[in-house]
Amino acid sequence: MSLSEEEIDRVGWLARLQIDAEAKPQFAQQLSRILEFVDQLNKLDTSGVSPLAHPLDISERLRPDEVTETNQRDLFQSIAPSVRDGLYLVPRVIE
Amino acid sequence: MFRKTLFELSALLHRREISSAELTRIFIERAERFNPYLNAFITLSGEHALDMATIADRRLASGQAGPLTGIPIAHKDIFLTRGIKTSCASRMLDDFIAPYDATVVERLASAGMLLLGKTNMDEFAMGSSSETSFFGPVKNPWDRQRVPGGSSGGSAAAVAARLAPAATGTDTGGSIRQPAALCGITGLKPTYGRVSRWGMIAYASSLDQGGPMTQCAQDAAMLLGAMAGFDPRDATSVERPVDDYSEQLEGDLRGLKIGLPKEYFGDGLDHQVAALINSAIAEFKRLGVKCREITLPHTEHSIPAYYVIAPAECSSNLARYDGVRFGYRCKDPRDLRDLYCRSRAEGFGAEVKRRILIGTYALSAGYYDAYYLNAQRVRRMIRDDFQSAFQQVDVIAGPTSPGVAFRLAEKTSDPLAMYLSDVYTIPANLAGLPAMSIPVGRVGALPVGLQLIADYFHEGRLLNLAHRYQQVTDWHRQIPAEFAS
Repeated sequence: MSLSEEEIDRVGWLARLQIDAEAKPQFAQQLSRILEFVDQLNKLDTSGVSPLAHPLDISERLRPDEVTETNQRDLFQSIAPSVRDGLYLVPRVIE
Repeated sequence: MFRKTLFELSALLHRREISSAELTRIFIERAERFNPYLNAFITLSGEHALDMATIADRRLASGQAGPLTGIPIAHKDIFLTRGIKTSCASRMLDDFIAPYDATVVERLASAGMLLLGKTNMDEFAMGSSSETSFFGPVKNPWDRQRVPGGSSGGSAAAVAARLAPAATGTDTGGSIRQPAALCGITGLKPTYGRVSRWGMIAYASSLDQGGPMTQCAQDAAMLLGAMAGFDPRDATSVERPVDDYSEQLEGDLRGLKIGLPKEYFGDGLDHQVAALINSAIAEFKRLGVKCREITLPHTEHSIPAYYVIAPAECSSNLARYDGVRFGYRCKDPRDLRDLYCRSRAEGFGAEVKRRILIGTYALSAGYYDAYYLNAQRVRRMIRDDFQSAFQQVDVIAGPTSPGVAFRLAEKTSDPLAMYLSDVYTIPANLAGLPAMSIPVGRVGALPVGLQLIADYFHEGRLLNLAHRYQQVTDWHRQIPAEFAS
């Protein structure tokens, strides 16, 4: 499975990860090699086998819908790059 | 004093032959002196440790101390430590001061252990050599031109050189066991769900487990006992009582059945490593165990399955690093798109980016079924191989790594070559089984590790086998000459 530079751009956008033009060919080549390597899984007959998402095949534990956490906004915002009045500041979103 | 195990140090502290403050000073001095040669630590917290030592000494004097009270420990820089920088060896978290303690950190602190420092590692735990760290590579104490293994290479190097008497690590594809093997120490990855992942920076949520990295199995039993147990804050934590691992150490091995997978002894294994593994197995036979060949037919498919599943899960877990709420933010972002794309491009190293991209691809529309779901099917087949094996044997044994420590920069230009060295460790993560590595000899100066794998929640069996072996051998007591004074 060989990745084109357009595919790198598409995947990079999905991951919100900028890939510089000079780095793109090397990434494309390395990722293509890795994908070719993992393609060998297609040789196995996995029909009738269900996916194993959790090693012990356990599903999500539930708890009562009661408030147990305290609000620690100030503590958690003390390490933010930019906050005001309890809000996180980012560059303008709406043009 | 710095060569003593946790078990020995505990006795000395309780008999008041040494104080916690004196002991801590010894390790602080060693860590400061030797760290420039090994780069094992990202952060040293000597002052903090001495403050805690004062409290520990009071507890020891008044008889309110437990077995681990007053002993320093190093935590892999993937565990959140409140008020102390927690970087995950990444530029993305270079300025991140953790607002809370990981459960593992909290539990070991409650047991009275003191934080000596945060150890270096592969960035975001992605790697097998501890070379991808933003803070520079870690060196193997046995040969500083070589890697200590990864991703818990800093913890392994710190214990191997006795800069700390023990450390914590995490293991997603072998990151406790492989560096333990390459550095000649003991490392254990518990059953998935045995140790809480709360406050442990996530890489691949269905594979990650934290565990002890120690001088010996007896110490690993002490640490695991304190670290393990149900935690309601971790949704994957298992509600099952913790065994008394220390009590299980001395069990009689006669009648225990060990399986040797033929797939683990094939062409890829270095013959000098194989010879040492076979010597160790002969030693087990003298202790009364019965060995037989078994087969784990889907072993070769474990690496490709892992390199779909782990990157997929990592792409999801690392989506939180967006420059908005914490961590690295690029300068003068033009707009929101630029904020995300450039913060992440500048904050993450190359290997992390590769895995995010592979993972994103494998989960994207049109590929999810063919890649991610299919890899999870292969995962069930690998798990089923082990379940069949454990019908016939109690423990599975083999080499931890196909070779000894390789040279720095030897494998960095070819990511795939690096991935292939995880062939023996990855299967236990995919299946969620407990596994450990113990030192069984050296090829020249370079340590070799034997891996033991047991069935779910049978860590006690692993520790028992390892402890009995360590009672009749002394590989685990040896340290490189350079660090012996």
